[in-house]
Amino acid sequence: MNAQRKQRLTLVLIIVFGSSLAVALVAYALSQNINLFYSPSQISMGEAPADTRIRAGGIVVEGSIRRDPESLKVQFDITDYAHSTTVEYVGILPDLFREGQGIVAQGQLDHQGRLIASEVLAKHDENYMSPEIAEALAAAGQMPHMPATAGKDY
Amino acid sequence: MPRWFYQLASPRWCYQITGKLLPGFAIAAGLLILFGTVWGLAFAPPDYQQGNSFRIIYLHVPTAYMAQSIYMTMALAGAIGLIWKMKVADMVAKSCAPIGASLAVLALATGAIWGKPTWGSWWVWDARLTSMLILLFLYLGIMALNSAIESESTAAQSTAVLALVGLVNIPIIKYSVDWWNTLHQPATFKITEKPAMPPDMWIPLLILVIGFYCFFAVVLMMRLRNEIIRRERRSGWVRELLMQQRG
Repeated sequence: MNAQRKQRLTLVLIIVFGSSLAVALVAYALSQNINLFYSPSQISMGEAPADTRIRAGGIVVEGSIRRDPESLKVQFDITDYAHSTTVEYVGILPDLFREGQGIVAQGQLDHQGRLIASEVLAKHDENYMSPEIAEALAAAGQMPHMPATAGKDY
Repeated sequence: MPRWFYQLASPRWCYQITGKLLPGFAIAAGLLILFGTVWGLAFAPPDYQQGNSFRIIYLHVPTAYMAQSIYMTMALAGAIGLIWKMKVADMVAKSCAPIGASLAVLALATGAIWGKPTWGSWWVWDARLTSMLILLFLYLGIMALNSAIESESTAAQSTAVLALVGLVNIPIIKYSVDWWNTLHQPATFKITEKPAMPPDMWIPLLILVIGFYCFFAVVLMMRLRNEIIRRERRSGWVRELLMQQRG
């Protein structure tokens, strides 16, 4: 490689590494703002701001869903297996919402630390399987967070 | 540097070799995409939670992979063009941008269609979705910059620099789901682990990914050949070729 090409190669490498470094520093500085949601632990430690709209994400605690028989109001707990937060929501929940499912709720914290949600989104994980395999795994007790209500008929 | 590397620098040699490779890649792309689509959409089992709506994965994942792979191809070709002043590399980089942009649009659109029934929202400003949108804007910016500069070599140089700066976005897209809390789930396929999916789900997906790579090769070669003919139109061999075709 002649000297001129070597010089240009160095320039290319400087561009790539320089911009990576700059972006890495920005991402590091903004790391909390890039997170889509706060975990129940962060909320219980007071890291999430009150009086403003935030998102909270966690797994719906089994047996915690309480539906109001008169309206669409529903209350449930979400957990990250260290702390949990109570969420209150009025509206239609997404299809994937069920016990043991990860969800992200947007809303405002009230004075008792409950999240009054205006939107509930379901988060699904990276595991895919056929209904038969899911049933077999559940029967063998291999799916710890597998909800009892998941055996939907497809 | 090996001989083939310097041969690649000759537009005429490139035109001839791509002419020979094109039919094979076209047939492979057609067969793989047809086979993978039929297997994935009709014969793969439904997901235990998402049912049949998970099948859009067979379009979403290949298009999203391609949008990123094409970007890396474009940045690499741009870097080769910058360092070795190789005209063919500039043409490859220029031909990549519209293909990558269209696949990025497809990945975003299929993702939105998938997000509505499973998450309950078409769009969320989480790190994965936002970085993918930035990838689309990078493609559009590169195409706009390239067409805004009249001199071919200056245009190639400026777009190569922009492509290299934008390269930092690729690892961000890849690792966004691990570094931050996102609504988008983490990767199902990891190099070090077994896929979190049974074989009768991931084999058709793999076939489709390979099919999309072949499809990219076909479209890239077609665009590259057009670009070579356009830029070399005044050279002897192109005139001869055109005379022959007019017969």
